[in-house]
Amino acid sequence: MSNIIVETKGLRKVFEGRPAVDGLDLRVEAGSIFGFLGRNGAGKTTTIRLLLGFLRAGSGEARLFGEAVSGPVGGVDLRRRIGFVSESKHLYPYMTVRQIIRFTRPFFPGWRDDLERRYLEIFDLPPNRKISALSKGMRTGLMLLLAISHRAELLILDEPTDGLDPAVTEILLRELVALPASEGTTIFFSSHQLTEVDQIADHVAIIHLGRTVVSGALDDLKGQYQRLRVVFQHGPPPVSWLEGAEHVRQEGRTVSILASHNVEALVQQARSLPGVSVERHPVSLKEIFLEHVGNN
Amino acid sequence: MTFFRLNASSGVPLYLQLMEQVKHAVETGALGPGDQLPTIRALAQELVMNSNTVVRAYRELEHEGIVELRHGLGAFISHSVEERHKLMRKAQTVVQSTVERLRSLGATEEEIRRLFENELSAIHSERLVEKQ
Repeated sequence: MSNIIVETKGLRKVFEGRPAVDGLDLRVEAGSIFGFLGRNGAGKTTTIRLLLGFLRAGSGEARLFGEAVSGPVGGVDLRRRIGFVSESKHLYPYMTVRQIIRFTRPFFPGWRDDLERRYLEIFDLPPNRKISALSKGMRTGLMLLLAISHRAELLILDEPTDGLDPAVTEILLRELVALPASEGTTIFFSSHQLTEVDQIADHVAIIHLGRTVVSGALDDLKGQYQRLRVVFQHGPPPVSWLEGAEHVRQEGRTVSILASHNVEALVQQARSLPGVSVERHPVSLKEIFLEHVGNN
Repeated sequence: MTFFRLNASSGVPLYLQLMEQVKHAVETGALGPGDQLPTIRALAQELVMNSNTVVRAYRELEHEGIVELRHGLGAFISHSVEERHKLMRKAQTVVQSTVERLRSLGATEEEIRRLFENELSAIHSERLVEKQ
């Protein structure tokens, strides 16, 4: 058994001549919470639809649990192992909470009554209320219930906290962090809420124009990236020093650098110059994101 | 057990923040030798953080001799922290007298803090360069 639950290699999908996903490489390990980030239109939802088999890839490959995702539906067995919470949270509006649960469970032999009860309770879902009359938080809770009660081994969520109030967001995140340890679930979720991803993810990928621009274990990325603030008391920095640095901003005698791979060399070099002071600051995921895909 | 507070957007990896807070709790005596830490699942849920991150913090703390992981039982504050306590008490008197001297020279609190940080940061990069 492979330890890689989601894998794409050179995945590509073109809509009307414009590539939405353009050679995407991803690897999601079992038991991880993987944050999938990118600006609007970066290709996140298209990637998720490709993974779920709702769309067919132009080229490249996508594998779930080591099996190729092919055809519009994919294998039934494969589908049973996946739970999906969509961005639109669209469910049959005329059904009640109880009706949609009764409608869904016969498709899945391994239905978990305990999880069903748990989610009804924590998301405060009234069994007899129509879906059209549920709040957005309740609809999210209901989708999570339907996605997870059938023993999904992989849970895919597209912008799950979008539009939720902070209290429901907290409840949802608390449930998500519990799943890998209690059920062995792997979680793949896209989000714009960088603080939230920073909080619960252990691995992330930032995509831009359909390609991965940053990926890795979150702790490693944070160990790797640092913000250096270097003050040159005797005028501007020597040009030779700046050549090795990326993401540089200069204001008078102060130079701010978001450094990733050559941090220590930069610090040592700067310190060897007279009248130079160096401060190092940790970098949040938001800064890494903005530096790579922000407008500048 | 709610005295751990993490800040996800500070940029400091969460496992380091958690380690720091466990150490702080030990230094202040909030946690003593033999005290049990919350289970990985309980702490992950309470702090709404990834359980792999809690595992990493506990493992690193074990590596540093602050925590003992007993299989199937959980994580406990190690008895060897007594030694660290002694060291910290000694270190504190050194720091106290250094800070007093710096103040008598006219350095402000902010300047003293920066001096310490710069010094530590220099040691840190020297060590990393040696490793390469």
